[in-house]
Amino acid sequence: MKHPQLPSYLDQSETVRDRFARLKQRDVVLEVKDLGKVYKSTKGDVTALKGINFKTHRREFVCVLGPSGCGKSTLIRILAGLESHTSGDVLLDGKPVTGPGRDRGMVFQGYTLFPWLTVKKNVMFGLEMNGTSAFEAGREAELWLELVGLERFANAYPHELSGGMKQRVAIARALVNQPRILLMDEPFGALDAQSRARMQAHLLEIWRNIDITILFITHDLDEAIFLADRILVLKAHPGEVQELIEVPVPRPRHANQSTSPEFLATKARLEALIHPPEPEPDPDAEVKPHMIRFVNVADNVE
Amino acid sequence: MNLSSWFAVRRELSPRKRTMLGAGSFLLPLLVWCIVSYVPFVWHPMVLVNNPGDVDYFQVGMLVDKGVFAEESSTMQSLGKILPEGNPANPIYLPAPHEVAKAFYTAFITPPEQHDGQWLHESLWHSVQIIFWGFLISSLIGVPLGILCGTYSAVSRLNEPFIEFFRYLPAPAFGALAVAILGIYDGPKISIIVIGTLFQQVLIIANTTRKLDYALLEAAMTLGTNRIRLLFHVILPGILPELYRDQRILLGWAWTYLIVAELIGTSSGITWFITQQARYQHFDNVYAAIFMIGLLGLGSDQLLARLGKKLFPWDRPANKE
Repeated sequence: MKHPQLPSYLDQSETVRDRFARLKQRDVVLEVKDLGKVYKSTKGDVTALKGINFKTHRREFVCVLGPSGCGKSTLIRILAGLESHTSGDVLLDGKPVTGPGRDRGMVFQGYTLFPWLTVKKNVMFGLEMNGTSAFEAGREAELWLELVGLERFANAYPHELSGGMKQRVAIARALVNQPRILLMDEPFGALDAQSRARMQAHLLEIWRNIDITILFITHDLDEAIFLADRILVLKAHPGEVQELIEVPVPRPRHANQSTSPEFLATKARLEALIHPPEPEPDPDAEVKPHMIRFVNVADNVE
Repeated sequence: MNLSSWFAVRRELSPRKRTMLGAGSFLLPLLVWCIVSYVPFVWHPMVLVNNPGDVDYFQVGMLVDKGVFAEESSTMQSLGKILPEGNPANPIYLPAPHEVAKAFYTAFITPPEQHDGQWLHESLWHSVQIIFWGFLISSLIGVPLGILCGTYSAVSRLNEPFIEFFRYLPAPAFGALAVAILGIYDGPKISIIVIGTLFQQVLIIANTTRKLDYALLEAAMTLGTNRIRLLFHVILPGILPELYRDQRILLGWAWTYLIVAELIGTSSGITWFITQQARYQHFDNVYAAIFMIGLLGLGSDQLLARLGKKLFPWDRPANKE
């Protein structure tokens, strides 16, 4: 191993252990019991998810991590009520989830802002759909736009905003409904590295200041460790829970923690889970280029 | 200015080039028309007689075939009589641009030949009203039905197979039926426009509705939007700019049915004007009237395009320039 001196990812400092103990004292917001999803396809039944169990406590930040095809998007869509499940239960505050609803806000990777509405009207949308008066909704929207730092863009249309700003609006639009849980499906996947880091820090700050539980899907290991209290690691074919990891990196989190022993230990563990030492046969590995020299022997670039 | 900058594949031209080419698209056909009309040795298959000579049936101002004129000339020459004189001319059905331009103006100030006839502007106004009512009735049915078909599979499956069948039936074929049911005045004309437009309209708008990004509907549902509100607050505003573009295309479609529609029952409107003028061989007036239809169509479409930009400030394709 590269880091023989690394502690185990299971080792937690006193404060971290205390924090997790307190966290588990809180109410369970979301409970997933033996959840399964089977698709009917022409080639027979495909099991997308199988026997998923976990609990999320109030104001917890959970990341769902897994290789492509592990059904993490299917999982979050079932939690949002956008897709049905074939077995098991999803309970929000003990009540089963039957369809989409305002108690579960969702932020999509593709922004999905309404292009015909201004930024402020986008944020007001959820409130107005649920019978709040336009005046009241406008006041609320202004408050939340201020929170994500976009009050200056209240009257801009979504196509005038950058990707990061669009996602801020999407977060404000979901939070203004005061959902019990915020579901985020690879929300920063389409952003460049710089705005991505800024949005991660911004999201943590929102989470710190607001009574909100977050379930965040990602395929980026660093992002998961930086953001999460606990990481739910899925494996593919069929999508099952591999491990629920308690992140030992203390809070508040900083970008410079990414070289701390706890961080590296967790990352090493995640890498071992996501990229197993015996990888499946990769079709790309079969391609063997046969290199021929087309340039003069004296004309070297190295 | 090098040639390759004009032919970059799928690249937008500079505004100046666009304007130049746009003007050129109108000037080029006009140039061809001018050459055919004003250059005596291009085409000109007829001879306009300005001195009949001794040919007994020739008269001043008569148009005769070039071959006949040459034959009569040589006959007169061999008999030693006075030769006819004339200039090369085009057939009566191809007036020169300046004649049409003049007709364009005089058509508006010339009173109708019959005392019960209509002025040109009255004919045009009547035609515009036929189009308006036809398109309005078609839209009142077609737009809501199209949106419902695009939203609910059940509505689509119940309607679209029949509509797919019906749209192949040529609208003018219903002319006689329309007269029998709706009388001989404007009723059957409007109904032909409706039949010609409605069925295409439902299919086109249903398709536009289906193209709306489903993720927007999902986002609205996670915000607690119920099904009815989804239709009015997401689907409708979401497709509005595209719907508007469809309606502009369909309005052009309605115009193409105008002439056929107006021939049904009592001939009326601009069609009546055109057929009357053609009967008296006033082909300059015929061309003027046809151009007027073209100008009205293009003008209204451009006006609607401008209006669209104002109405939908978030619509990127319309506001790209």
